[in-house]
Amino acid sequence: MSDAAMKENMEKLEDFIQKHKNQKGALIPILHEAQELFGYIPEEVQKRIAEVLHIPAAEIFGVATFYSRFTLTPRGKHTISVCLGTACYVKNSKGVLERLEEELNVKTGGTTADGKFTLEATRCLGCCGLAPVMMIGEDVYGKLVPDDIPDIVKKY
Amino acid sequence: MEMYRSHVMICRGTGCTSSNSEQIAKNFEEEIKKHGLEKEVVVERTGCFGLCALGPVVIIYPEASFYSMVKPEDVEEIVKEHLVKGRIVKRLLYAESVEENRLKALEEVDFFKKQVRVALRNCGIINPENIDEYIAFDGYKALEKVLTKMTPAEVIDTVKRSGLRGRGGAGFPTGMKWEFASKSVNDQKYVLCNADEGDPGAFMDRSVLEGDPHSILEAMTIAGYAIGASQGYIYCRAEYPIAVKRLGIAIGQARLYGLLGDNIMGTGFKFDIELRLGAGAFVCGEETALIASVEGQRGMPRPRPPFPANKGLFAKPTILNNVETYANIPVIFNKGPEWFASMGTEKSKGTKVFALGGKISNTGLVEIPMGTSLREVIYEIGGGCPNGKKFKAVQTGGPSGGCIPEEHLDSPIDYESLAALGSIIGSGGMIVMDEDNCMVDIARFFMDFIVDESCGKCTPCREGTKRMLEILERITEGKGEEGDLDKLESLAKNIKNAALCGLGQTAPNPVLSTIRYFRDEYEAHIKDKKCPAGVCKELLNYFIIADKCKGCGICAKNCPQQCISGQPKTPYTIDSSKCIKCGVCMQKCPFKAIIRK
Ligand SMILES: Cc1cc2nc3c(=O)[nH]c(=O)nc-3n(C[C@H](O)[C@H](O)[C@H](O)COP(=O)(O)O)c2cc1C
Ligand code: SF4
Ligand code: SF4
Ligand code: SF4
Ligand code: FES
Ligand code: FES
Repeated sequence: MSDAAMKENMEKLEDFIQKHKNQKGALIPILHEAQELFGYIPEEVQKRIAEVLHIPAAEIFGVATFYSRFTLTPRGKHTISVCLGTACYVKNSKGVLERLEEELNVKTGGTTADGKFTLEATRCLGCCGLAPVMMIGEDVYGKLVPDDIPDIVKKY
Repeated sequence: MEMYRSHVMICRGTGCTSSNSEQIAKNFEEEIKKHGLEKEVVVERTGCFGLCALGPVVIIYPEASFYSMVKPEDVEEIVKEHLVKGRIVKRLLYAESVEENRLKALEEVDFFKKQVRVALRNCGIINPENIDEYIAFDGYKALEKVLTKMTPAEVIDTVKRSGLRGRGGAGFPTGMKWEFASKSVNDQKYVLCNADEGDPGAFMDRSVLEGDPHSILEAMTIAGYAIGASQGYIYCRAEYPIAVKRLGIAIGQARLYGLLGDNIMGTGFKFDIELRLGAGAFVCGEETALIASVEGQRGMPRPRPPFPANKGLFAKPTILNNVETYANIPVIFNKGPEWFASMGTEKSKGTKVFALGGKISNTGLVEIPMGTSLREVIYEIGGGCPNGKKFKAVQTGGPSGGCIPEEHLDSPIDYESLAALGSIIGSGGMIVMDEDNCMVDIARFFMDFIVDESCGKCTPCREGTKRMLEILERITEGKGEEGDLDKLESLAKNIKNAALCGLGQTAPNPVLSTIRYFRDEYEAHIKDKKCPAGVCKELLNYFIIADKCKGCGICAKNCPQQCISGQPKTPYTIDSSKCIKCGVCMQKCPFKAIIRK
C-alpha cells in the first residue's frame, strides 16, 4: 500500500472511529472496518484504536487474534479461499486445496513468494449446492475437480 | 402494486448469484425493454428457491415454468419465445417438472411435493429488498395484532401453545425462554438474533435472511414487546455479505415505515434493531460467547447460571433465538398456535428446514414437517446418491451431531428420535455420504474442526479434543493400535462431562456415532491397515496397470522418489516400499494407467 493510500485509509478509519466510539461494543465493528480498508490490521491502527477507546493495546491484540477474520499481516493481491465445510469436504475439496498448494507452491495459510496469492481454507461459503467450492477474491468457482485448478489460476 | 401479466422470478440467493444470476436479471430487463414489455412483465429478484444445484434458477409465473441452469445468453430466447409468443422454452425446463408434454405444477415435482414451507414461506416468492412485497404477503400483520390486541402475557402464552422449540440446536421451548426473560425485572432488556450459522455445510438461516429479512425483524419486535425490551441486535456472520446487505436495507425500510423506532404503528411501543457482524469464530454461536462478542470482547463462553434471561448482554436480561425460530413467529400469530401445533409430532411441533448436501442428487434447502422420515427426505425429496453409488450415512447436526447409517433411515426426524440415534437435529445441516467416503476420515475431519475452533478456556475441551484428534490422525495414517477405540471412548466421556460449554460437551458426538455404527471400518484401519473406502492416503498403494501402460516413462521422470522403473515401450512398475504416495505419477500419466487402492 502506498503512503498516500495508507494516509487516506487512516483518515477514513478515523472518521469511522469517531462516529462509533461511544456506541456500546464498538471495538469489533471498528476492527471490521480496518480489516476492510487495509486488508489487515496494522500495528499503528491497533494503537490508534487503543487510544480512542481507552482499551489497553494488549486487549485489542487479544480480540484481533481471537477472530479468524482479522489478520495482522498483509495479504497477497488475491485471496483464494477453499471451502472445507462438510458438504465440500465429502466431495473432495481437500484434493482441490492440495492441488492449489502444489500449483502455487505455498502452504495453506501462506502467501506466494511474489505476493500474488494468499491461500486459505475456510468453512462453508453458503453455496453448498455447488460443492466443492472456492473463491478467488469475489469470484466463486463451484463443482470443482483438482484438474480444473491450473487453468483457473492462470486467469489471475 | 401494479398488475403485470407475467412475473419473472430470478433467484438471487448465494448459490445462484455465484453462478451469475444478476447478469441474467439484467439481461431480462434489457430484453423486456427491447420488446416494449415493461408494463406487462416484471422482473423480481428473490431469495433461494431451494434447488441450488440446478442454479441459476428462473421461474416465470403464471405458468410456473421452472427454468434451470439458465445462462445469460439464454435470456434472449426465453423472452422472445416465452414472454412474447407464449411458447415455453422446453430445452431449459427442469426435466423433473415436465411430464408427457405437460408442465407439472411446482407442488407436484418430487423435490417440492413433501415440503411444507412455513419458515421459508416467502423465500423465492417475494423481493426481499422491497418491504411492500412483504406487507402484501401478510407481513407485519402479526405485529399489528400483537401491539393492538394482545398483552405481553398473551403473546407468550400463544408462543407456548404453539409448541415451538428453538431451531438453533438445543430445541429449548421458545415460549418458556420468553417467559423467563419477561419475569426478570429491569429497566433495560435485550432481544438477540443468532445469525451466526456456524455449522459448516448448512445455509438455512442464510436463505431466510437473504430471502425474507423482514420476517426476522417483525418477530424480534414481537419478542421485544413480549419481554419488555426496546433494543435488539442481530449477530450475523460476516461471511454472508448478501444477508448483511439485505438486513441493512430491511432495517432502513422498517424504520421509514414506522415499524421500528420510537412509536411503532402509533402505539407508543418503542423498539429498534442493530446489526453486528461475527468475525469467524464458531464458538460465538454459543449464547454466552455471542453476548461477549456483541459487547466487543473475545467470544468466550462463561458458565451458566446466571442465565442470559436474568443477566445477559451488558448484564441485562436478554433472550437469544435462532433465525429460523424467529421466522416461524409471525405465522404462528397469523394462523394460530393450534395450526402450528397440528404439524409435527407429539414433542416436536411444526416444520424444520434442512440444508441437504453432499452425495445427493438434489442438493438444496428443504422444509418438512417434523416427523418425516430420513428416508423420505433423502430418497423422495433428495433423489438419493448420484452416479449409482451406495448410500453409507447421513450426518446431521454438524460438529455436534452424528452419522446415521442406512438401517435407521426409517426413523422420524424429531428432537428425541435423532438424539436416541446418537445424533441431533442441530441447526439443520444434513450431509449425505456414499461408499466413497471414509467414516474414520469424517470423524477426523470434525475433530480437526473442533480443535481449530475450541476457544481454549477449559482444559477438557482444549486438551482432550487434541488427544482425540491425534489418535484419529494416527489411525488414518495406518499407525492405529489395539486399544485406540477404548481410549477414544474414554476421552469422549470425560470431555462430555467436564467441558464448560456446548461446543466441548457435544464435540465427541461425530466420533462416538461413527464408532457405534462403523466399528468395522475403524478396525480395518487399525488391524488390517486398510481404508475400505479408499480415502486415507497413507493406507493406499499406487499400481500401474500393465495393460494400459504404454511405457512412455513420464511417471518415472516425475516421481520425486525415483521409485518407478521400467524400459521404454514396456510396462513400468512402482516400488511401493519407497513410494511416498504423493500421487504425482497418477496425475501425470497421459494414459490413465496408474490407479490407487
Ligand atoms: C458451539 C456452539 C455453536 C452454536 N452455534 C449456533 C449457531 O450458529 N446458530 C444458532 O442459532 N445457534 C447456535 N448455537 C445454539 C445457541 O447457543 C443457542 O442455543 C440458540 O441460538 C438459541 O436459540 P433457539 O432457542 O432459537 O435455538 C450454538 C451452540 C453452541 C454450543
Ligand atoms: S468447552 Fe471448549 S469452546 Fe467451550 S468454553 Fe471450554 S474450551 Fe471453550
Ligand atoms: S505416488 Fe509419488 S512417490 Fe509414489 S510412485 Fe507415484 S510419484 Fe512416486
Ligand atoms: S506415465 Fe503411464 S503410460 Fe507412461 S510409463 Fe508411466 S504408467 Fe506407463
Ligand atoms: S460446505 Fe462448502 S459451501 Fe457449504
Ligand atoms: S440459491 Fe438459487 S435456488 Fe438456492
